[in-house]
Amino acid sequence: MVLFLQQFINGLSVGSIYAVIALGYTMVYGIIRLINFAHGEIMMMGAYFAFITVLASGMPFYVVLIVSMVLAAILGITVETLAYRPLRKAPRISALITAIGMSLFLQNLALVIFKPEPKIMPPIIPRMPVFIGPLRIGTVTIVTIVLSIVFMVLLDFFVKKTKPGKAMRAVSEDKEASVLMGINVNRTISITFAIGSALGALGGVLYSVSYTQVFPTMGVMPGLKAFVAAVLGGIGIIPGAMLGGFVIGMVETLTKAYISSQLSDAIVFGLLIVVLLFKPTGILGKNEKEKV
Amino acid sequence: MKRKSLLIMLIAILVLTSVLAGCNNATTGGDDTPDVIKLGVIGPLTGDYSMYGTSVEEGAKLAAEEINANGGINGTLIEIIAYDSKGDGTEAVNAYNRLRDQDGIVGLVGGTFSGETLAIKEIAIEDGMPILSPTATNLNVTLNAPNVFRACYIDPYQGASAAIFSVENLGAQTAAVLFNTEDPYSEGLAVAFRDKFSEKGTITNYEGYTRNDMDFRSVLTIIQAQNPDVLFIPDYTAKVGIILDQVKEMGIDVVCIGGDGWDGIELDYAEVAEGHFFVNHYAKTDPNPMVQNFIAAYEARWNKTPNALAALGYDATFIMVKAIEAAGSTDYAAVVEALAKTDTEAVTGHITFDENGDPQKSISVIQVVNGDHVLVDLVGGN
Repeated sequence: MVLFLQQFINGLSVGSIYAVIALGYTMVYGIIRLINFAHGEIMMMGAYFAFITVLASGMPFYVVLIVSMVLAAILGITVETLAYRPLRKAPRISALITAIGMSLFLQNLALVIFKPEPKIMPPIIPRMPVFIGPLRIGTVTIVTIVLSIVFMVLLDFFVKKTKPGKAMRAVSEDKEASVLMGINVNRTISITFAIGSALGALGGVLYSVSYTQVFPTMGVMPGLKAFVAAVLGGIGIIPGAMLGGFVIGMVETLTKAYISSQLSDAIVFGLLIVVLLFKPTGILGKNEKEKV
Repeated sequence: MKRKSLLIMLIAILVLTSVLAGCNNATTGGDDTPDVIKLGVIGPLTGDYSMYGTSVEEGAKLAAEEINANGGINGTLIEIIAYDSKGDGTEAVNAYNRLRDQDGIVGLVGGTFSGETLAIKEIAIEDGMPILSPTATNLNVTLNAPNVFRACYIDPYQGASAAIFSVENLGAQTAAVLFNTEDPYSEGLAVAFRDKFSEKGTITNYEGYTRNDMDFRSVLTIIQAQNPDVLFIPDYTAKVGIILDQVKEMGIDVVCIGGDGWDGIELDYAEVAEGHFFVNHYAKTDPNPMVQNFIAAYEARWNKTPNALAALGYDATFIMVKAIEAAGSTDYAAVVEALAKTDTEAVTGHITFDENGDPQKSISVIQVVNGDHVLVDLVGGN
C-alpha cells in the first residue's frame, strides 16, 4: 500500500507537468480553434530562459520561474502576432501548418543559438527526501506538484472571476457576438497566448529542474504527451486538460511500476485511441450539435 | 535530340566514375607510398553524445601530431580525418564510405560507439580495411572479422569485473540492475553483471528503460523497496546523471556502480555521483609516467583533462601507425597482419590482441571522491 501511494505521488508529479503544458494547448484551441504545435517549443524556450537566468544571476528558484514565465509570455504573444494573427481569416489548415512551421523554426533557432548539447540545469532546488508518514518524497517532486496545483487554481480563478477571463470565455463561445458586446478580440487572444505560454514555461522549468537537462528537442516528447492529455480530457476544456494530464502521468508511471517501462508509451497512446473510440470529444467533452 | 543529350550525359557519367574509381585505387591500394597517410575517425561529434566522439578525435589528432613531430612514418606524415556519425549507424556507414572512397584512408580508428562500428563491420570485412576501434566495447564487434580490432576491453569483461568488485571489495550480497534496453552497450554490460553477480549473490531487480525515458522515480521506488546493496547502471553520463540525481533526491541508500560510459561524470554531475564507483580503461590519477605524460600533453594541446576515450583514441592511433610502420606498406592486408602482432605498452595498459582482435589488458576501478577520480583497484587481465 505504501509502495502504491509512493507510485501514486510519482505519477502525480509527472502528470502535473503534462497538465500545465496541456493547459496551453487547450486554451489556445478553445479560443481560436488552433492546435498550437509550437507550444512544446515555447516550453523548451521557457526552460532555456530559466537556465540563462540562473547562470547569469544565480537568483533563487521562484524569481527564476517568474522571469522565465514572463519572457515566455512575451514570446507567445510575439508568435501569435507575427505568425497566427495574419491567418485569422485563412482556412484552419493554413494556420495548423504555420504552427508546425513555427515549432520547427523555434527548435532550429534553439539549435543554432544554444547548440545541440544538453545543458545542465544547476540544482536550484536542493535534492533531498522529505518524510511524510511512511512515505518518502523528493523535494523536486513536492515543488512540482504544489506549484502546478497553485497555478491551476489561479487560472481557474482568473477565467471564472476576472473580466479578461470572462472575455476569454465569451470569445471562445462566439467571436462575432463578443465583438458586438465590446470585447477587444485581438487583445483577448493575445492574453490567452500569454497565459498559455507562461504555463508552458512553468512546465518547461519544472521539467528541466526535475530532469536536470535543457536541450533544443526537449519540448517534443512532453509536448506530444501534453497534446494527447488535452485531447483525452476534451480539447478546449480547461478542467479537461488538467484531468487529462494527470491521467496520462498516472497511467505512464503505474505502467512503468507494475507492467514494464518499454510498454508505457504504447499504453498511454493506446488509451487515447480507446477513449476517442468511445467518446470522440474526450472525457469531459460535450457532444456539440451541428448548427444547420 | 533529347535522347541524344541523355546518351551523352550517360557516357560522361560513365567516364567520370571510371576516372574517379581509378584515382581511388591509386591512393588506397598498391605499394607506392602516398605523400600523406590518411587515417579515418568516426564518432558522434555533435548531439547528446558529442563529448565521446570529440574526445576520440582529439586523442587521435594529438597522437598524429606527436608522430609527425618525430618525422611521421619514415618521413611520410599522418593526417587524421574525422567525420560525424551523430552516434547513428546509418550516418556512420555514410562516413565510412566517404573516408574510403573520397579520402582514401589507409586505416580506420573507429567507430566510437559499438552500434556504429557494428553497422560498418560487414562492409569493412568485404573491403579488408584495417579497423581499430578505440572504444567499441560490444562483444560482437570483432567476432568473425579478421580485420577488425579494438583498443578497449569488451562489455562482458567490464560487467563481470564490476560484479566481482561489488562482491569482493564492497561485500555486496544483493544488487539491482537498471539499464537501457535500446542500447546494445548498456544491455551487454547488464547481462554480464547479472550473470556474474548471481554466482555469488542475489539480483533483486533487473529493470530496463528506453532511450526517451526521463523519469526513473517509479522504477527507483520499486528498487528502493528491495533495498539492494549496490545498483548497477551501465549507461552514458547524460542518462546516468539524471538517474543519480533522482537516486539522491529520493534518498535511496545504495552504492551505484557503472561502466566506462560514466567517464567524465564528475564534470556535470559531481555532486550526485559523489562516492559511487565505475570501472574504466585508465585512471587520471594513475602514477605511471606514460599516463602522466599523455595527460600533460593533452592538457597543453586541448586545454582540458583527457577522459578515457581520448586516451583510447590516442592509443589506437599509435598502434595503427606502428602497424603501418611494421607492415612497411599501406596495403590493407599487410597492415591487418601487422596489427594482429601488436605487443606494446600504451596509456591504457599493455596491449596484445587475442585471436578475435580483442586486447588483453587491465581494468581500473575508480571512485568519485570530491568531484575527482580516485583509483581504487586495478583488476588484471582476463
